[in-house]
Amino acid sequence: AEVEETLKRIQAHKGVIATIVINAEGIPVRTTLDNSTTVQYAGLLHQLTMKARSTVRDIDPQNELTFLRIRSKKHEIMVAPDKEYLLIVIQNPGE
Amino acid sequence: MEIIYVYTRKRSEFGRPCNFSDWPAKVTADIPPDPSLASGFVLRSPVDSYVQHTSDMSEHEVNTERVEVESRGVNHVEGGWPKDINPQEVEQTIRFRKKVEKDENYINTVTHLGALMEHCVKQNNAINIYEEYFGEEEMAEVEDEPPSAKTINVIRDPNVSKRTATRLSWHPDTSKKLAVAYSSLEFQQNVKDMSFDSYIWDLENPNKPELVLKPSSPLVSLEYNPKDSHVLLGGCYNGQMAYWDTRKGGLPVEVSSVEVSHRDPVYGAVWLQSKTGTECFSASTDGQVLWWDTRKLSEPTEALVLDITRKGLLENALGAVTLEFEPTMPTKFMVGTEQGIVIACNRKAKTPPEKITSTYSGHHGPVYALGRNPFCPKVFLTVGDWTARIWSEETKESSIMWTKYHLSYLTDGCWSTVRPAVFFTTRSDGTLDVWDFLFKQNNPSLSLKVCDEPLSSLRLQDNGCVVGCGSKLGTVTLLEISSGLCSLQRNEKTLATAMFERETKREKILEARHREMRLKERARSEGQETEERPEESPLEVLERVRREFFEVIEAELQRKARAETQHPPSAFQVEDGAGEEAAAPGAESQLPKDGEEEEEDAA
Repeated sequence: AEVEETLKRIQAHKGVIATIVINAEGIPVRTTLDNSTTVQYAGLLHQLTMKARSTVRDIDPQNELTFLRIRSKKHEIMVAPDKEYLLIVIQNPGE
Repeated sequence: MEIIYVYTRKRSEFGRPCNFSDWPAKVTADIPPDPSLASGFVLRSPVDSYVQHTSDMSEHEVNTERVEVESRGVNHVEGGWPKDINPQEVEQTIRFRKKVEKDENYINTVTHLGALMEHCVKQNNAINIYEEYFGEEEMAEVEDEPPSAKTINVIRDPNVSKRTATRLSWHPDTSKKLAVAYSSLEFQQNVKDMSFDSYIWDLENPNKPELVLKPSSPLVSLEYNPKDSHVLLGGCYNGQMAYWDTRKGGLPVEVSSVEVSHRDPVYGAVWLQSKTGTECFSASTDGQVLWWDTRKLSEPTEALVLDITRKGLLENALGAVTLEFEPTMPTKFMVGTEQGIVIACNRKAKTPPEKITSTYSGHHGPVYALGRNPFCPKVFLTVGDWTARIWSEETKESSIMWTKYHLSYLTDGCWSTVRPAVFFTTRSDGTLDVWDFLFKQNNPSLSLKVCDEPLSSLRLQDNGCVVGCGSKLGTVTLLEISSGLCSLQRNEKTLATAMFERETKREKILEARHREMRLKERARSEGQETEERPEESPLEVLERVRREFFEVIEAELQRKARAETQHPPSAFQVEDGAGEEAAAPGAESQLPKDGEEEEEDAA
């Protein structure tokens, strides 16, 4: 129930296009997009987050990745990583 | 001072046991210090000296062989599901998902991440972090930055036996593709396994050509059709013309027949402006310029023989090395020849001899490049022998501006497409020069050594910033020049035009003066000739010339002999000698006879 609330709240914000939750193996657990797109995002972003995490760790072993933001021409992809799950939100920043 | 101690023994006593005994210390030599030697030394204090006890190390660098890298893509198919769940079955996946959602860890994590995410989302909505605050501020003039260029890409000939990159042509629309013609221009130097192929390269992938063009004979020139970016025109080493359609693959769509083509390599092949977009013309060192329609390459539509005596004789024709055509002036074109003459021609003239409108001679060797200034079409650039010259169409006697004589041949050149007074040249010592004639005329603004082998061709991309140079071993280097040299400065067009006008005017004045002088000379010599002519017959002329010749020799010999014998008064002798020479033409008959005898002796 809490989970539902949180995700609904995020989805309700201005400009948010989609929300995806994926687990450590890259399986989308919760998504507001269609299956094929979700699978694509899940696969690609999962790998990218792994890479980003290892990069931050390589540079400074005490450091760790807290958030990843990819801003592109059309929208911004935000990834909040955790040990087991990944929360991905695609937003269209108001500009 | 030697310290020696002599010890003698009788031979019969050798081998006897030694009998040692103690001696008190005895001073054998005493060398007192000599203070006078101290003056030869300088006192140094403090004295630094260090000792290091480590092993000697040496540093070496090794560069590994270039690894061929290829990009591949992987298609991500849905996966990661545990073994027992089939991703296609919706029920199973839903069940799995529900199971995960019940997990406590999941709930906690998502709540936590959600809070984090909300913060960023709100942030995005609040402020546009990439907003331009001072967008209207004028960019500060960055003219102080010295001109520079950096290599962005190097494309090598993938064949084992390297050929010269004789022509480069950029793709007309995207400028991401480059067509390079490879051939060996050495006279009769056909290596057996030399491939005939030329390539189209995609700049994203410099390791493998995008398309391989396979002509029947190596291509010497290659051009993209500016209207249709799929069509290319190529001129072959054996004189044939061929054209390709990149959609149809690497073999030419049509090749002109050997009998009607050129008889020498086709050095210039250029597309013409026409409604059909299929007309082109070509020039070669066999002295002909042929017009073709690519729909029917079996015979040329028109032909012109480059005979400047305007008789149309192939024997007198000059071999063409470059061809120039400006789409804004469709009836005129220019040909640069092997003999150093540039011929300007009019296509619309009625009879072939009238096609040649004017000639410009000024180079000592073949004119390797020819190009009109895109901003001032009356001004054109020629590159040949050791200089690059700028001409104006109006002054036919000489160029209006020129560079100094370099130490190596200039092989190619072109104007910048953005700046009116900037042009590029390549040299046979592998250097690329960028000249800014408004700024500095005696030296190039930027001179870059691109490679060790001679550079054979040069082509500027349409945006004016990237230039490609091809070298003798088939390496094409792409350089990006600094923005100072490829962005238009204020008033530059007016300044450049004014400079060219000024130089043209200067040349015109000189030309007028020369003409005047020549007319005067002619008038004078005509007046003189009418006086002398009735007296001399050919024999007499011969006799007179012979006499004068011997007189001069005699005078020289005498002067030399005198100079040898008496050195100091040689100055006077020289004057005497000069006096003698002046008197010699009017000398008596004795002197020539002596001269003749001496000549016979010498012989």
